[in-house]
Amino acid sequence: MSLILLAEQTLNGLQFGMMLFLMAAGLTLIFGVMGLINLAHGSLYMVGAFIAAATAAFTGSFLLALIASLAAAALAGVLIEMTIIRRLYERDHLDQVLATFALILIFSEGTRWVFGSFPLYLDIPDALSGTVTLPFGVEYSLYRLVLIGVGLVIALGLFLLIGKTRLGIRIRAGENDREMIGALGVDISRLYTLVFALGAALAGLAGALIGAIQSVQVGMGEPVLILAFVVIVIGGIGSIKGALVGALLVGLTDTLGRFLLPKAFALVLDPSQATAIGSALASMAIYILMAGVLILRPRGLFGGAAS
Amino acid sequence: MTEPALAVDGVTKSFGGLIASKDISLDLRPGEIHALIGPNGAGKSTLIAQIAGGLRPDTGRIWLEGRDVTGLPTAERARLGMGRTFQISSLAMEFTVLQNAVLGALGQRGRVFRFWRPVMRESDLLSRAEAALEQVGLAEFRAVRTGDLSHGQRRQLEVAVALTLEPHVFLMDEPMAGLGAEASRQLMGFLDRLRDRAPILLVEHDMDAVFALADRISVLVYGEIIATGTADEIRADPRVRSVYLGAESTP
Amino acid sequence: MTRETALNIVLMAVLLAVPLAAWSLDEPFVITLATRAAILAIAGVGLNVALGLGGLVSFGHAVFFGLGGYAMGILAHHAQTYTPLMTAPFTIDGTTSMPVIWLVAIGVSVLAALAIGALSLRTTGVYFIMITLAFAQMVYYFAISWPAYGGEDGLSVYVRNGFPGLNTMDPIQYFSLCYGVLALVLLGVSRLARSPFGLMLQAARQDPERVEAIGQTPYRLYLTAFVISGAITGLSGALFADLNRFVSPTMLSWHMSGEIMIFVILGGVGRVFGPVAGAALFILLEHLLGGLSAYWHVYLGAMLLGVVLFARGGLYGLLAGREVAHD
Repeated sequence: MSLILLAEQTLNGLQFGMMLFLMAAGLTLIFGVMGLINLAHGSLYMVGAFIAAATAAFTGSFLLALIASLAAAALAGVLIEMTIIRRLYERDHLDQVLATFALILIFSEGTRWVFGSFPLYLDIPDALSGTVTLPFGVEYSLYRLVLIGVGLVIALGLFLLIGKTRLGIRIRAGENDREMIGALGVDISRLYTLVFALGAALAGLAGALIGAIQSVQVGMGEPVLILAFVVIVIGGIGSIKGALVGALLVGLTDTLGRFLLPKAFALVLDPSQATAIGSALASMAIYILMAGVLILRPRGLFGGAAS
Repeated sequence: MTEPALAVDGVTKSFGGLIASKDISLDLRPGEIHALIGPNGAGKSTLIAQIAGGLRPDTGRIWLEGRDVTGLPTAERARLGMGRTFQISSLAMEFTVLQNAVLGALGQRGRVFRFWRPVMRESDLLSRAEAALEQVGLAEFRAVRTGDLSHGQRRQLEVAVALTLEPHVFLMDEPMAGLGAEASRQLMGFLDRLRDRAPILLVEHDMDAVFALADRISVLVYGEIIATGTADEIRADPRVRSVYLGAESTP
Repeated sequence: MTRETALNIVLMAVLLAVPLAAWSLDEPFVITLATRAAILAIAGVGLNVALGLGGLVSFGHAVFFGLGGYAMGILAHHAQTYTPLMTAPFTIDGTTSMPVIWLVAIGVSVLAALAIGALSLRTTGVYFIMITLAFAQMVYYFAISWPAYGGEDGLSVYVRNGFPGLNTMDPIQYFSLCYGVLALVLLGVSRLARSPFGLMLQAARQDPERVEAIGQTPYRLYLTAFVISGAITGLSGALFADLNRFVSPTMLSWHMSGEIMIFVILGGVGRVFGPVAGAALFILLEHLLGGLSAYWHVYLGAMLLGVVLFARGGLYGLLAGREVAHD
């Protein structure tokens, strides 16, 4: 019984980790290639969710909603990259943090202005609703299982993209030596816009996918953004592999911590106290994990060159 | 023979497969200028970093006045008397010239964790800073922002900051780089006299300066010292000639 | 007198004159706004020690602001409900005395800054920004999920705490107290900026390698600056909570960290009085634009973007010109 619950929570942790990976992959690529900290990444996630919810409400098609969210987030990404973000590549981190923080304020209030303050809802499509029975009698939500699958497919796609394609070679060249790719005759500003749009699209997709299991509201991107930062700091900034490992670590630690810590304290304390201490500790668990990783490896698990 | 002020003893350092320093030994005796020359990529910067403390050698020791400093951090070596000038000027560019010199004097004096009295009113620091600026010929530029100095003036300020440290050993990484002929000649005259206060390990590209100033010269090629000797000995050394005349047009 | 000094004097005079005028016209709301500005300015001046002088981009200063706030909330809560803070191994009672609360707020912030700084300063660049943010989030989530002091809802106290010889519930008197603290903090920080420590710290910001080469350790300078910075911001948190007679996890949120940073940037990074201008401008905008439109954050964002992209020196850069090195 309890083992089945544990299996279910582990799957929840994986699913959460996969969605964090979609966010973290874009962040880490953008940092690795352009050296930019993009706080507005969470806003692109929010844009994806809102556009998906609005499209689904209008057309009734979940697939169209996903496509629209991808396109809208990528478009928003291209727009802010060409108008604002590209002025920040040569600036210091402080300027980048402040300018992208300003973008969050603008995006959040802008979204509130367009869609109002009430949350929107995006329904899981019928074909993906309900549960499936996994081996050992574990009942699990089909949609969440699909999310894990989508995350895996995208992770694989990104590894292939970076490892095997011309674009990937350019991206890796950009991470190692920015002058070099200019010398190779690559149009840097187009490459940068492309990488930014790719990151934005991934964030928008994550927002749309999560939008079906959470309410879609202004500010939804910020907790995810901060978690994604924790992920890439743990994994090592600039590393896709680090983002994947970090995302799964964070997803599992957070979910299992919330599940197990109150139970663990219940063995030694009375139930109400155990719940209080357990959940307080669980909410801090990933930050403790991050601090631990940084004490042992100040540049993250897979971090090397970038600073 | 007197004890060397600075000794590098069998230092080896490799990065991955690349050997940047290969069993290097050299010493710096009181009162001398010992020049370190070699073509670009010979490993001069790596060696300087190991002497100053930024890099830890894989094997070998660094001795400062008979004391093993191999395991000590840069700051500790500086406090023990290692005065360094940088190849690329490493100065607080937003400070005035005088502030940079006071900074050096303050670093040497210690008692940094004082939070109330203005540092620019401390007469002991000011007089040492001003004396150092005087000696390198920057006294009249004391109020200029360091970022507004010419390239050559920054090199002079580098030397002035090193002077405020009252070091027992100078470690100078290309102090003449980018100086005009006149400034170069002045600095040479100054270094010539400076060696009596503390010996100088001089990394320099300006061969005229090296051959005119140095008591001894060591030639570093591919991480290895291929010859050490007086200017005449180095000029006559066939291996140096073959390496050097091939690599650089003006020895 | 430099233009910067003149601007400092004008700024402090205006910040004093406006609430005094409001007092004579019986407009307590304006006095409260000025009090907010003065308190938030203290938070900004605190952050500026780390950010402006030391170059440490801390994105988690809300942690000190919030800890200061909770120091006030918890001590006053216990005092007002006549329950001891703890009984074992010895009894500690709450207090409603501001000086004691301030000392506790500063003490707690110093300890937190020592712990956070010692760990975070092992990293640099983006890692430092992110790890300071993460530590603040850690405390934020702890405050939300810890039910003893109100959790997410926060903690109210009924009466503003007392200061010997003052009626702190009177707006103009509380303003004067906060203004006095601001003036003292500004005096301290401007002395610090010119002190031996200040010179060495600013050198460590510009070129840590140079600082090592003259025999000093940047890490110790940074950590000391971070602790001083945290202590000042913690003090401002206690004052802020007392102004509102309320403390909640919002004070610990990353938006708060961002706002404290905005005070520094709007005023001008590294200018000792810059955050005063920044906080005053922020409060003014919030009041004026917030009255015009519910979506005033759009304008705030646009303005912040403008300052970052086109006017990097902030208000002080525009009005006082390039920073003059002080001899």
